[in-house]
Amino acid sequence: MVKYEPPLEKYSVNIREAIVGEGEKAIKIGGENTFPFHFFEGSLPNPPGLALEILDIQPENWAQWVLEPFQDVTFDPVRWAEKCVEVFGAEILCLRLLSTDPMGRDTSPREAARITKKLADSIDVPLIVWGTGTEEKDSQVLIEVARVCSGKNLLLGPVLKGNYGQIAKAALEYGHALVAQASMDVNLTKELNIALCKFFPAERIVIDTTASALGYGLEYTFSIIESIKQFALMDRDTMMQMPILADFGGDCWRTKEAKESKEQGIFWEAITGLTFLLAGANLLILRHPDALRLIKEMIS
Amino acid sequence: MALKGAEIIKRLPKTNCKECGYPTCFAFAMKLATGGAKLEDCPYLPPEVRAELEAAMAPPIKLVTIGTGDNALVIGEEEVMFRHEKSFFHETGIAILISDKESESDIEERIKGIKELHLERIGQKLKINLLALFFESGEKAKFEALVKKAHETTNFALILISEDTDVLFSGASLCADRKPLVYPITKENVSSAIPKLKELGTPAGVKGESIEEIVSLTSNLKDTGVEEIVLDPGSKNIREAVRDQTLIRRAALKKGFRPLGYPTISFPCFMYHDRFKEALAAATLTTKYAGIVVVSQVDKHFLSPLLVHRFNIYSDPRRPMTVEEKVYEISNPNEYSPILITTNYALDFFIVSGAIEEANIPAYLCIKDTGGIGVMAAWTSGKFNGEAIADFFKKYGVGDKVKHRKLIIPGVAKKLKGELEEELPDWEIIFGPLEASDIPRFLSEEWKQ
Repeated sequence: MVKYEPPLEKYSVNIREAIVGEGEKAIKIGGENTFPFHFFEGSLPNPPGLALEILDIQPENWAQWVLEPFQDVTFDPVRWAEKCVEVFGAEILCLRLLSTDPMGRDTSPREAARITKKLADSIDVPLIVWGTGTEEKDSQVLIEVARVCSGKNLLLGPVLKGNYGQIAKAALEYGHALVAQASMDVNLTKELNIALCKFFPAERIVIDTTASALGYGLEYTFSIIESIKQFALMDRDTMMQMPILADFGGDCWRTKEAKESKEQGIFWEAITGLTFLLAGANLLILRHPDALRLIKEMIS
Repeated sequence: MALKGAEIIKRLPKTNCKECGYPTCFAFAMKLATGGAKLEDCPYLPPEVRAELEAAMAPPIKLVTIGTGDNALVIGEEEVMFRHEKSFFHETGIAILISDKESESDIEERIKGIKELHLERIGQKLKINLLALFFESGEKAKFEALVKKAHETTNFALILISEDTDVLFSGASLCADRKPLVYPITKENVSSAIPKLKELGTPAGVKGESIEEIVSLTSNLKDTGVEEIVLDPGSKNIREAVRDQTLIRRAALKKGFRPLGYPTISFPCFMYHDRFKEALAAATLTTKYAGIVVVSQVDKHFLSPLLVHRFNIYSDPRRPMTVEEKVYEISNPNEYSPILITTNYALDFFIVSGAIEEANIPAYLCIKDTGGIGVMAAWTSGKFNGEAIADFFKKYGVGDKVKHRKLIIPGVAKKLKGELEEELPDWEIIFGPLEASDIPRFLSEEWKQ
């Protein structure tokens, strides 16, 4: 009879390890030298980061099921953040500065930075700070946030092709990490990383490919993340070796399926998240605490 | 592992008789290697050489069929580890567990639920494939009654699960014409199972406590001529499942290791007792290579995310996904409702139609066939320019649907506006937002009637 030898594969490189936050509760993401869950042939020193999101304004049009857990705190982002940590056990948070949207309330960078600082000071877990994707305004807002929150090692994003320069300079000066975002394109991801790495340390960059929900483009995100991981590990492409973030909670809860029932919504978000972890994501931004809890229990 | 033409030619008669239809044996060998010709086209191949070549040229993961006719589940013949390298080909079969311990009315309720579940996505029906009938009652008659009921009242492909081999095969003989998967075939029962498997001609679900154990079982089965095999490495949680499924597929694809060259089955229904975790395990196994996943829940909220997930993972990344060209009516529009237009790239359709639903403003969404490519590329290639859209308007009588003359076009299609003003002079052409996520705000602000 033919003898079976487990066909193990070793890759001689590691995904870079990025650190978010400072002090005891700082978290490390990445650092693995193998594909997700491949504990049988490599090492994955850091579990994926699972963040809960907070808005700096009252949520609009949220399905009632996903609003419920936060109903008593949405009027105050600081209280909201505290509840995520104390009640829902979040180990990292993402503050979305939606109020700064120039098409919306257009809050000033100073005001946004003030709220961010207040929130960051009130919690002891790491913080991701997210703009509105508007290149010019985000640049002003994130630079001010970087300055005011100096030394907190925030993860600032999204940094785009059109605004990476100034934000990265501020992040470098005030000690923060960055999310480099290029939409659904492996080559653009690599280009942006190369541009950033000319003056910004690679180990402080996290990749965002932009993500879409189950049933609404999940497979595109899945395969982009999987191919970046493959380039990183098998082709040893140093400009693909940053940890990867997936941000999809909002897209999941906007679907008609999630709005139809609470349970289906949780399935929707948790399945989307776990599928991206299977592709190789190192950090997820989630909306519903039950989705966070389920994913955490499944992977522990 | 596929054989190269140069290796095949060594075993051919090399007489260049041309009876196969090719000018030389070499040309025939090259065609064989790429799958364009069949070994039986050569009349002079000694049977033992033919068998040897057939074995060497067989796909690395065998194709296995469970069930018959339109409802048969076909799994196996996968070619890649990562879907972006080519595609995953044969969708994971989703099976629903039904225990013979359940009361007759519960069983009927369950079967009814499964039959009534209809889901559609981009014109494709998403469906449950199999019923997994589980001998749990300890009473053979109950199991037989369940098999009969499933056989007589449904068309689903069947899996029979029984640790008691006698019960397993008495059930199998009741539905042998349906070609059920019998499970588990283990090291304990394999010798007694072989003659029955051969007699009934049903595929075998092989279970081992480890991959090594499976290897010895499948080798044994193959030697006796049982080749329709599905593997269960006995994984107990998703971490083990990812390990086992990865190693099995890798051994088959990358090492050409025949004893593991079969599709697999997995049991999220036995791994987790919480229904959320069961669903997450099923999604994990659909992503990571399982040929069949068996789950215990039949309600829509549990199954529809899984069916949609499978549809996503198994969609072909080489082909853009498209939706049908037509004017879609969203939330019952009337003659004052807005008209929007975009391409038939499935993602464009989903995102835009979802955003319109979110806006809660009824609308007509015109979907123009662009061969599944997005707005800008389609504009460049002439499939989404002024002329093409004007033709679309004529073909579908868009102007007759409404009393106004306003058309909302994708915000990115900068040059399209001028073209359309020329082609559709009665219409006011309005740019939609750059991002589909701004559509709800856009519609509620811009569309004041």
